[in-house]
Amino acid sequence: MRLERLAGMDIASRNHVTVTGNPQGPTVVLAHGFGCDQNMWRLTVPALVDDYRVVLFDHVGSGRSDASAFSEERYASLDGYARDVVEVCEALELRDAVFVGHSVSAMIGVLAAGLAPERIGALVMVAPSPRYIDDEGYRGGFSAEDIDELLASLEANYLGWSAAMAPVIMGNADRPELGDELRNSFCTTDPDMARVFARTTFLSDSRDDLKGVSVPTLVLECTQDVIAPREVGAFVHQAIPGSALVTLEATGHCPHLSAPEATNQAIVDFLASL
Amino acid sequence: MMCRADQQPDPQDADADADADRTADAAFAALLEDSAEDLYENAPCGYLSTLMDGTIAKINGTLLDWLGLEREAVVGRKRFTDLLTVGGKLYHETHFAPLLRMQSEISGIALEMKQTGGGRIPVLVSSAVKHGTTGQPLLIRTTVFDARDRRAYEEELLRRREAAEEARRQAEADRARLQEALAVLQQSLLPDTLPPVPGAQTATHYHTASPDRLGGDFYDVFALDGQRFGFFLGDVCGKGPQAAALTSLTRYTLRAAALHDPDPVSALTTLNTVLHERYAGSGDPRYCTAVYGTLEPDPATGQLAVHLAAGGHPPAIVLRADGTADFLPTPGGLLVGILPSAPFTDATTVLGPGDTLLLYTDGLTEARTGQDRAGLYGDEALLAFVTAHAGKPPHAVVQALTGLLDSFGDGLDDDTALLAIGVPASDPQTRDER
Repeated sequence: MRLERLAGMDIASRNHVTVTGNPQGPTVVLAHGFGCDQNMWRLTVPALVDDYRVVLFDHVGSGRSDASAFSEERYASLDGYARDVVEVCEALELRDAVFVGHSVSAMIGVLAAGLAPERIGALVMVAPSPRYIDDEGYRGGFSAEDIDELLASLEANYLGWSAAMAPVIMGNADRPELGDELRNSFCTTDPDMARVFARTTFLSDSRDDLKGVSVPTLVLECTQDVIAPREVGAFVHQAIPGSALVTLEATGHCPHLSAPEATNQAIVDFLASL
Repeated sequence: MMCRADQQPDPQDADADADADRTADAAFAALLEDSAEDLYENAPCGYLSTLMDGTIAKINGTLLDWLGLEREAVVGRKRFTDLLTVGGKLYHETHFAPLLRMQSEISGIALEMKQTGGGRIPVLVSSAVKHGTTGQPLLIRTTVFDARDRRAYEEELLRRREAAEEARRQAEADRARLQEALAVLQQSLLPDTLPPVPGAQTATHYHTASPDRLGGDFYDVFALDGQRFGFFLGDVCGKGPQAAALTSLTRYTLRAAALHDPDPVSALTTLNTVLHERYAGSGDPRYCTAVYGTLEPDPATGQLAVHLAAGGHPPAIVLRADGTADFLPTPGGLLVGILPSAPFTDATTVLGPGDTLLLYTDGLTEARTGQDRAGLYGDEALLAFVTAHAGKPPHAVVQALTGLLDSFGDGLDDDTALLAIGVPASDPQTRDER
């Protein structure tokens, strides 16, 4: 028992788990996607806290997670992130939680629900994509060369790409003034770890996992999303039996930031229907 | 009458002055920039304003020129992300846009923009959200700086960084290889194990001051004939490869000399001759200090007869079974190898059951002690220390001294060799202490 508690505490600090909201209410887990951290949900949390217990966390390598827990091997596949989600659920002893995942985390939620069906009772997939690269009979929105370009940019432009955010992030001991100046910035990411996450995110193909989803699922897509175009939203909706699809009047890949009212309403309606 | 030091101009005068200044400033500005619109259009950086969904509402001539685009094809028709490369789009959607939403401004982000004709231009982008009177976001203002030179510089930095990283890895590998080679070489200068001496026990310890340096201390025990054994312990001057070569020469010369004539003074004399011949004319005079001696066990009495001589070396200590200890002086012995012929003094003793002969190098007695590391440990402190261990078997004495060496910490900056030779105590209880 004692060991389990200790392990639970380790997981909580590893993923910088934050629990807020109504302790008596059903639990909603909010998972951020590639590029940011749990701050992404700042406009969503207020809509949930009265009625739900809200769990936020950072994927390892993002935000204020424990960077020492990073392993290139573990996080080279979405399964590694999904196992983390299951461990967070176990540490909090969650049952039938609603998992709200943005972008790549929508697919991580699908995998986690498959690993621990008793922990996750419903899914909300915000701007999901099971595969970013076009394939025969499938349009993901990107060619393999496009993704190579992204990854090459990440590799080659260490300074360029991440110059604005890397210093924050790396906690440059020899240049403390950078940390001070940027301490309030959000979405801190270690560039090396971000590279691994980017590769895992954009090169994964999780299409086959969709049909295994057996829990109530809401798919949220945007009218204009470069990263997850509407064909992809339709694909996810059709692939998951019994899922609901809501198209938000929103531009970009982050409707919870660009159209928070509509996004929150769709989530709250779905939660109320469970 | 009061004298005002801080005389203020009359307020009315000040207003008139300010009016005059403003008129002059305006005239000066007009001379340089006759139009804010012209400044916007032809500023040395790109400007654009977009709706919150990214649709471009306004863009300046500079940026259109850079990208090779016509205004009509852009305004109201393209979004900001349409100007970016695919990598830039992805970065925009995953990092830039969310941060801008959360912070209302973001600055100095490196992106790449597409040029008509397939080129791409690295830029640094800053954006700020303009809010309406009720705080609702209205539009996004963006400035774009040409970062071609800067990007080239960054790439150069990156290359240098990678080269430095590679050099560091190589240096670490070289260092590891060198340390391994040095360790092997050092081992070759010290015997792995000592041969068993009938009726006696031996124990040794070697402290290496730095893994990067080859030490110059040495010791050995070896059979001379059916009855006697030779032993020596010493310290060559210097450290590193030259010292190692000298150690090697010294070891094998002493062994050969001892087989030819086991008498301690004769063996050291031969060593002196060899070292002097080798180094005196070399321009790099080198020498050593050494104790060399013979052991002759007497099976009838269980005693061990010791005959030794020393040159320039700290005196051996004899620890007795009765709890006493004393130096075994060999006064007047010169450093070995300095002069063509050198006098050496010999001494003899007999070790009975429970007695131990201790040889050591001056790393031990010259260890720096005290808070400020100003004092030296010294002969008398050593004698007092080992007296407390008199009567114990050799390995226990060496173990105690090893603990003493460890306690010196960074005060011990020289190599140190220890060799203890003793006769087991006849009392079985004492022997069990091993």
